[in-house]
Amino acid sequence: MSLLGKDLIGLAGLSREQITTILDVAEPLREISERTIKKVPTLRGMTVVNLFFEPSTRTRISFEFAEKRMSADTVNVAASASSISKGETLVDTARNLEAMRIDMVVVRHGSSGAARFLAERIKSNVINAGDGTHEHPTQGLLDLLTLRQRFGSLEGRRVCIVGDVLHSRVARSNIWGLKALGADVAVCGPRSLLPNAIDEMGVTVFNRVEAAIEWAEALNVLRLQLERMQAGYIPSLREYNRVFGVTSARLKAAPRELLILHPGPMNRGVEIDSDVADGPHSVILDQVTNGVAIRMAVLYLLAGNKAALADVAKGGAA
Amino acid sequence: MSAAPVVLLNARAVARTISRMADEILERNDGHERLMLVGIQRRGVQIAERLADVIKEREGADVPRGALDITLYRDDLQTVGPRPVVGQTHLPGALEGKVVVIVDDVLFTGRTIRAALDELADFGRPARIMLAVLIDRGGRELPIHADVIGQKVTVPPGGRVDVFVPSLDHRDEVVMVGGAT
Repeated sequence: MSLLGKDLIGLAGLSREQITTILDVAEPLREISERTIKKVPTLRGMTVVNLFFEPSTRTRISFEFAEKRMSADTVNVAASASSISKGETLVDTARNLEAMRIDMVVVRHGSSGAARFLAERIKSNVINAGDGTHEHPTQGLLDLLTLRQRFGSLEGRRVCIVGDVLHSRVARSNIWGLKALGADVAVCGPRSLLPNAIDEMGVTVFNRVEAAIEWAEALNVLRLQLERMQAGYIPSLREYNRVFGVTSARLKAAPRELLILHPGPMNRGVEIDSDVADGPHSVILDQVTNGVAIRMAVLYLLAGNKAALADVAKGGAA
Repeated sequence: MSAAPVVLLNARAVARTISRMADEILERNDGHERLMLVGIQRRGVQIAERLADVIKEREGADVPRGALDITLYRDDLQTVGPRPVVGQTHLPGALEGKVVVIVDDVLFTGRTIRAALDELADFGRPARIMLAVLIDRGGRELPIHADVIGQKVTVPPGGRVDVFVPSLDHRDEVVMVGGAT
């Protein structure tokens, strides 16, 4: 009977109906953040642990706002300030937390697959807040919600993801989610930053950002992680901006106005120019607002789905 | 259990009932000035619209209208689980000094109204809160009563009252289904 089962690990494998339901629930939840008392009692008495093994500001704060606005009790555990730095394993950390009777874990981890690994070993609901280069499902969902608000429907809409697709969990969640909702998806970036098997994901590949801009109705510009330069993926930041930067000069040449998304944090002047990021077609701050609503929706839809029930639900849904 | 559906109110009876309810609301509040009608999603919202239409006919003024979705205030998340449909909550302005009339289609256990009262309290402190329902079917599980009632009905065990409204159902009637009559 439950919509999502016990956990949200990724958007790969979620149906159009499941994704649409999450977006439909998130939409009215935006209103709660506009109230004087920004709180509903829905998750009163539930304890959520934000277990972050990687630094994060936006995602962690967004989850924490979402949890608090749904009246859950929250605890933040950062890897550097905990027993994790003493060598405790992921599962031991989570099991210890579980022994203190928690209900949900929001986990960010540097290893791909960490969220699923954890979800299979604890009873609490697990929400993936980014695992390695695998998925970042709530970011994908908030991007979908932002696009849907502007486009009405994503069916047949052309969305291009620009930048470091190879290392990007945001790109992967976006590709699965956009395809499930019927959008046409493309990627654009230096060949060294695109996965080898990118063609198998059913997306169009552009090697020139000008061509991507000519084709697309929306660009999702990924952050260029600066450490990629040291690793030799790109020659220099200036070179990257010259060839792949989303600039207003390039956008002016486009046959139509493009929506501009960016998951943040931005490197202004590298993957995106300031006048584009702050321009009239940027929906970057809408993404941030939608992020809280999406996370409230996911918390709500997972709440009460116990492990035993979830297994039954999975069997029934498959 | 499988008794034929009984029409409790047809379209004309619904219109008459709503007119009378509107008059009663005006009478009890000595006019429309302090009123705010707040419908509970979804059919309460439709009935609030119709009450507002009648009040406009009578008094020549628009009464502020709002909508409440009480899904996030339910008391059965742990037992029933999340409901995948959440509606929009919208209140037209500050509640202070207002007489808020909560409008719903059917009053049964009272749990929806309990949730609505909690939600309203998060928005402010009205001078007074009233409850207007098209159908009061009895069966309360909480100490809640309606101030303005369209019709009272006794529903046999296992029975159900369905309110159909034109904008959502393309039908305009109230029907009792199931249970022995």
